[in-house]
Amino acid sequence: MTYRFDFSFLAERWPAFLEGAWLTIQLTVVSIALGFVLGTLCAVLRVYGGGVVRRVIGVYVELIRNTPLLVQIFIVYFGLASLGLKLSAELSAIIALVINVGAYTTEIMRAGIESTGRTQLEAADCLGLTRLQTILHIVLLPAMERVYPALSSQFVLLMLASSVTSQISAEELTAIANVIQSDTYRSFEVYLVVAVVYLALSFLYRFGFWLIGRLLFVRRRKLGTAI
Amino acid sequence: MNQFTSVHVIYLLEAARWTLLLSLIALAGGGVLGLALALGRVSRLRILRGMAIAYIQIVQGTPLLVLLFLSYFGLSLAGYRLDPLVAAGLSLTFYVGAFLGEIWRGCIEAVPRTQWEASDCLGLNRFQQYTHVILPQAVRIATAPTVGFMVQVVKNTSLASIIGFVELTRAGQIVNNSTFQPFLVFLIVAAIYFAICYPLSVASRVLERKLHVAR
Repeated sequence: MTYRFDFSFLAERWPAFLEGAWLTIQLTVVSIALGFVLGTLCAVLRVYGGGVVRRVIGVYVELIRNTPLLVQIFIVYFGLASLGLKLSAELSAIIALVINVGAYTTEIMRAGIESTGRTQLEAADCLGLTRLQTILHIVLLPAMERVYPALSSQFVLLMLASSVTSQISAEELTAIANVIQSDTYRSFEVYLVVAVVYLALSFLYRFGFWLIGRLLFVRRRKLGTAI
Repeated sequence: MNQFTSVHVIYLLEAARWTLLLSLIALAGGGVLGLALALGRVSRLRILRGMAIAYIQIVQGTPLLVLLFLSYFGLSLAGYRLDPLVAAGLSLTFYVGAFLGEIWRGCIEAVPRTQWEASDCLGLNRFQQYTHVILPQAVRIATAPTVGFMVQVVKNTSLASIIGFVELTRAGQIVNNSTFQPFLVFLIVAAIYFAICYPLSVASRVLERKLHVAR
């Protein structure tokens, strides 16, 4: 291979990559936070809700988990616009990402909720807790504790998948890379740099989730074991 | 503006064959790579373990879209014609290999330790241990999660549309450009993906129960 690598564009373009990374962080942190709330709510309803509610949520989860994120983004952005609901690219991206990660969170949290020990529920009954109190105080946090590894890696995957939103020209890292490579004609080098930035982001996210886990699950840390 | 007709539906269905082909290429290539990575990951040689871990960490920490761009533009640097099918097949192979490697490592490690010890006592060498004792049991454990992961593979082939490979999603964009009915077109595209993926999801669940390996 006689190709000569040329990373000289980095000298003046590096702030743009950092800005792109920051935009990706903003986009995905909002999507993850909202998606987590949506997914947890759906998981609770999926386990404790009535027959119809359960089925509706089941359909939602299956529909989202069995279709590509890219097509979901197109439906939200182009589809809704053609029906008269014009949303900005960023808002469409957030909506699609929230709906997507919400479905995965539902399935993961459901597994956690369903693995709650029967004796825990009986003890809560004996203490006279209402159903809502039981779910809030007895079920949810330990359930999240049990599925936390799966949950956090799903969130890291979402951060990586958010690169797809560049296709509706939402402002994020990959979209910025696309602009830079069309300015500099150094496509291979640009995407190599972007790959490194994403790699750094995924380590950052993993570290962040580990930190949140340490702060959130005090009991686990004190016992030194999984519950 | 064209009216959306059954011709378009047939066009989409025909494009879905390319989605299936690309999925098969990714599974075949990724399967070979994944097996090598899984074996490397449980190897007794530290350098092999290190290399497999590094590969898996790097690929799993990078978006498939960026891998796709890298192989698409990288191939052209190496002097090959920019063939989207080759670039997409290659990057999906790298991507799927990393995930299957990690899934299968778990399956190999899930084979009880006593099986290793027993086959040691019988005087089998490392190769015989793998082919006669460990892998046959690991395959049983691996079936359900692998079928489940195939759903991810099929969905991820949609990204090949971005480098211009005409599979289902790209075909949807083409139809949309001529009919301008994005809601309908992409719903049909989604429905076709669902028709491919949902049976796989169900099969994965059924297999999990049937092989009752979820102990």
